[in-house]
Amino acid sequence: MNFDFTPEQLAIKKMISEFADSEVKPYAAEFDQECKFPVEPIKKLSKLGVMGMSIPEKYGGAELDNISQTIIMDELSRVCASTSVTMGAHVSLCCFPLINYGTEDQKKKFLPKLASGEYLGAFALTEPAAGSDAVNVQTTAIRDGDEYIINGNKIFITNGGKADLVNFVATTDKGKKHNGLSIFTIETKDLKGFSLGKKEDKLGLRGSNTQELIFQDMSVPKENLVGGIEGKGFKISMGVFNSGRIGIGVQGVGIAQGAFDECIKYVQEREQFGRKLHKFQAIQFMLSEMATKIDAARLLCLRAADLKDKGRNYIKAAAMAKYYGSDVAMEVTRQAIQIHGGYGYMKDYPLERFYRDAKITEIYEGTTEVQKLVVAMALMGKTIG
Amino acid sequence: MNIIVCIKQVPDTNEVKIDPKTGTLIREGVPTIMNHDDKHALIEAVKIKNKVGGKITVLSMGPPQAQEVLREALALGADDAVLISDRAFAGSDTWATSNAIGSAIKAIGDYDLLLFGRQAIDGDTAQVGPQTAEFLGVPQITYAQKIEVEEGKIKVERQMEDGYEVIECKLPCLVTCISEINEIEYPSLRGIKQAHREKEVNVMSAEDIKVDKSLIGLLNSPTSVHKSFTPSAKGQGQILKGSAKEVAKKVVSLLKEKELMGAF
Repeated sequence: MNFDFTPEQLAIKKMISEFADSEVKPYAAEFDQECKFPVEPIKKLSKLGVMGMSIPEKYGGAELDNISQTIIMDELSRVCASTSVTMGAHVSLCCFPLINYGTEDQKKKFLPKLASGEYLGAFALTEPAAGSDAVNVQTTAIRDGDEYIINGNKIFITNGGKADLVNFVATTDKGKKHNGLSIFTIETKDLKGFSLGKKEDKLGLRGSNTQELIFQDMSVPKENLVGGIEGKGFKISMGVFNSGRIGIGVQGVGIAQGAFDECIKYVQEREQFGRKLHKFQAIQFMLSEMATKIDAARLLCLRAADLKDKGRNYIKAAAMAKYYGSDVAMEVTRQAIQIHGGYGYMKDYPLERFYRDAKITEIYEGTTEVQKLVVAMALMGKTIG
Repeated sequence: MNIIVCIKQVPDTNEVKIDPKTGTLIREGVPTIMNHDDKHALIEAVKIKNKVGGKITVLSMGPPQAQEVLREALALGADDAVLISDRAFAGSDTWATSNAIGSAIKAIGDYDLLLFGRQAIDGDTAQVGPQTAEFLGVPQITYAQKIEVEEGKIKVERQMEDGYEVIECKLPCLVTCISEINEIEYPSLRGIKQAHREKEVNVMSAEDIKVDKSLIGLLNSPTSVHKSFTPSAKGQGQILKGSAKEVAKKVVSLLKEKELMGAF
């Protein structure tokens, strides 16, 4: 057991922490309040190699270990969850399936562009009738010679309206249920039959883009079937979510940390009844509980990342990390507002943003309830996907 | 173009604690960073290298922990790193430090350009760069806000209080840089990986760099610190409101009241 980061991981933490504080934090409120997509931070993150952090070096990526990737998600979420989800969706939802399940041709063609940030990526599974019930995908892919003809629509797609490359799930054989699902990848520019639908107006993550995608007799070359074999879509999706859960868990941790850091500053400045807030036992108890829970949640995320780095089964660990990380995000941001009192409720302070941003971590990439199902199945010796 | 950039690891705080007995800095327990001006000098070196090619060596003097900032420099694009570290250097003032740094530069050898930060945030002396130039007998240009490299020479804009000078100089020469010379940059992930996996920090002793031992260390430092103290914090400012005329009147009367201004 070793709880120390390596010198390399510490150097990455220092770099991304300084970057987050100087290049993202000053603009986070503006991104949120004006629903402004974090164009500049993403451009700069691309230059630093963060958008390609999971991609092997031979395809132009930084090929970081999972602990380092977890550190990066943590630090960015601490200042701006809109920026971190934009990066996270690209890395864990778009790059991950191509890296792990793509054909060599697909890797060579798409990964360098995703690594450099020339392409922003997205992943589209959710439909009006298919969310937690992933098998109920209605989008169809019908083989027609060397192409597939796609019809359907996808909703709530992170980066949907901004993505240059989208991986999406469609059914190639309805009769086979989950064994009939397949994943395709498309370059969206000038793609016939591809259009954007409703852009969502959200509670939190207001700087990120969440949009509907519409496929209407859209033809996709057979080379774009991820992995080259039909029927792998469900397995790949589950792989994507198992892995992505670590990212969302630590996104929750980062949001909680951001709110907590504000509290530490505030309780040492604010006076009531002639004493600084941190002199009150009620406040001390709250801070201790918050700090302990943040630590516990972060350690769960790091353990899951460590198991993944070691090539061991991390499904249960990742589900626990996501469930608890998002839970802590909600609780800590709620308490952080409480500590700030009326000021915490106002937009002059970042607390209400952290609170709104936290909620989604309990929902996307598998709701808290789905995480608990995954944990329970693992406890019974079963796995999903 | 071979460039040697000298960097210093400094405490990351504005309230540097000072040992009341010796008058020197207490470094334990204070987080450390690469000195800002030095980082800008390094970023400038990388820009020059990207334009005209060559090699960048970063050099620092300090305890073994100073390897951290050299790793960061490697991650930012330096090719080689040298740390001169030896008990014999302990307590060196700026003159003794310049002798050690100068000797290390001689030991590294082949160079066209020496870049320093203007000054370090822990001492604010701005002496090590110029003194090193004197030690080596090379021309120096201080306070550089812009550097242009041409065949065998450089053109430097040197910041002055009310403008800037343009100085042209043959190479080799030594330039100290101010932070306005370029925008801050962050090491890339690949840079960090390479710095930790593929590059080494070469640690050299006083013997390795063949420095004359009568020129280094506390005993050979001509500076003796008489007393160091933290100046007391300034009181809060006062904001005067009203029209320009009213405010001007108030200012004059306040200054007279404090006897900072006499009657005309």
